[in-house]
Amino acid sequence: MRAYTEKIREAAKRLLSEDRVDVVIGFRKGTVALMNEPFLVKSLDQVDRLYWDGNCGINLANYLPKRPDRVAIVAKGCDSRNIVVHLLENQIKREQLYILGAPCHGMIDRRRILAALDGKEPLQVEEANGTIKLIGRDFEETLERSSCLQDNCAICIHRNPVVYDELLGDLVAEQENVDRYSDVRRVEAMSSEQRWQYFDDLIAPCIRCYACRNACPLCYCPTCFVDESRPQWVGKSIDRTDTRTFHFLRAYHVAGRCTDCGACERACPVGIKVRRFTKKLEKDIKELYGYEVGLSTDERPPLDTYRPGDPEPFFK
Amino acid sequence: MTDWEPKIVAFLCNWCSYGGADLAGVSRMQYPANIRVIRVPCSGRVNPKFILAAFRHGADGVWVSGCHPGDCHYIEGNLYARRKFTLLNNLLEHTGIEPGRLHFSWISSAEATKFAETAKQVVDAVKKAGPAQHFIKKQAEVA
Repeated sequence: MRAYTEKIREAAKRLLSEDRVDVVIGFRKGTVALMNEPFLVKSLDQVDRLYWDGNCGINLANYLPKRPDRVAIVAKGCDSRNIVVHLLENQIKREQLYILGAPCHGMIDRRRILAALDGKEPLQVEEANGTIKLIGRDFEETLERSSCLQDNCAICIHRNPVVYDELLGDLVAEQENVDRYSDVRRVEAMSSEQRWQYFDDLIAPCIRCYACRNACPLCYCPTCFVDESRPQWVGKSIDRTDTRTFHFLRAYHVAGRCTDCGACERACPVGIKVRRFTKKLEKDIKELYGYEVGLSTDERPPLDTYRPGDPEPFFK
Repeated sequence: MTDWEPKIVAFLCNWCSYGGADLAGVSRMQYPANIRVIRVPCSGRVNPKFILAAFRHGADGVWVSGCHPGDCHYIEGNLYARRKFTLLNNLLEHTGIEPGRLHFSWISSAEATKFAETAKQVVDAVKKAGPAQHFIKKQAEVA
C-alpha cells in the first residue's frame, strides 16, 4: 500500500510537470483515522500530500462527469468500471483521461473496525501483510484485514482495473467461487409481507440526507427526481412512504449502471445497507440479459438496448 | 368491505392499446369499469416514476399496455419498455409488492376482444390482491 503512495506521487509529479494533465484526482489522509478524503492536485507543491491505503473506498469516478480539463485519476477496479460507464454515457472523453490503475485488495470498512474496538478511538492505522494495526492513546490492537473489508469488497470479482494507462502495482489475483447474491436469495425466500417488512426495517433509520446519492458516481442528473417539485415524485420529509419511494427509485435509476462499488453504503451516516436494493437489479440483469456493468465500452448498457427475444414472462 | 371495487390506472399507448380500447367500446364489449385510462404516446413513454406515482396516489393496480413487439409506431419503444418493466416488476415484487398489482400486455388496435379479456383478468387479479396497503402516501405521521 505504501508502494502505491510513492507510485501515485511519482506519476502525479511526472504528469503535472510534463503538462500532460491539468489535475490529478487521488486521496489525501483524512483528519481522522480510517477516513481518507478525495484530493484534487493542480500544482506540483501539493503532490506530496497524495496518499493511498485501505481507506480509499470513495469512488473517485464521481468527480469526472462533464469535466472540461485533462484529468489523471487513481482508479481501483470498481472506479475503473465506473469510468467505463461514464465513457458510455458520454460524461467524459477517453482522451481527457490518464488512468492510474490501482489493483485493489479490498477496502476497509471503518464501522467494522470501530465495532471491534468497542468504543476505543484509533488515532493511527498501519497496514502490513494482511493485518491492520490500530494505535490509540493507550492501546494497540491488530486485526485481520480480510475480516474488516467492506461488504461489497468481500464479494468483489473485479479487483483489477478494467481500463488504465499505467498500473501502480502488479495485478492481483481475482477472487473465485464468490457467492455474490446470498443476500438477494435470502430475501427471495420470504413472502411478500416479510419482504415489505424487511425493507421497511432496513430503511427505518434513514434521515434522507441523500449522502448515498451524492457519493454515487452515477447520480449526476442536473436535477435529481427528489428535488423536482412540479411534479413532485417524492415528498421531502422522512415520511415512511417517501423514504421508501426515494430508496426504490434511487436503486432503479442505477439499474444496469451500478458497479457495486459500495460508495453509497460507505457514505450512509446511519449505516443503511442500501446495496440490498441494487443487488437484486444486478442479479436480474446478469441472469436475464447476461450483462455485467463497466467491463467494455463496446457494449451498450442493458436498458439502452434490447434483443427481439428478450424474456417477457409476465406480459399478457 | 364486500363492496370494495379496485381503482386501476391503465397507461395505454396511443397507437395500439388505446385503439384497442376504442374498438372494444364501439363494438359494445363489456369489461369492468375499474380502469382509468391514461393515454401515452408509447409504452416506452411510461416512466417507472409514473407507476410509483399511481401507487402513491392510492391506485390498487397499474396496467401498462402497448403495441406488440415489432409493431411499435416508434419502431422500438416497446422493446426498451419491455426491459424497463421487467426489471421494475421484479424489483417491486422483491421489495414486497404483492404479485398481481402490476400488469403489462401487448394489445394491437384490432384486438378489442383481447383488450376486454385482459381488462377482466387485470381487474380479477387486483381484486384478488385486495386493497393496496403499500406505497400509499398518507398524511404525515407527526409525533
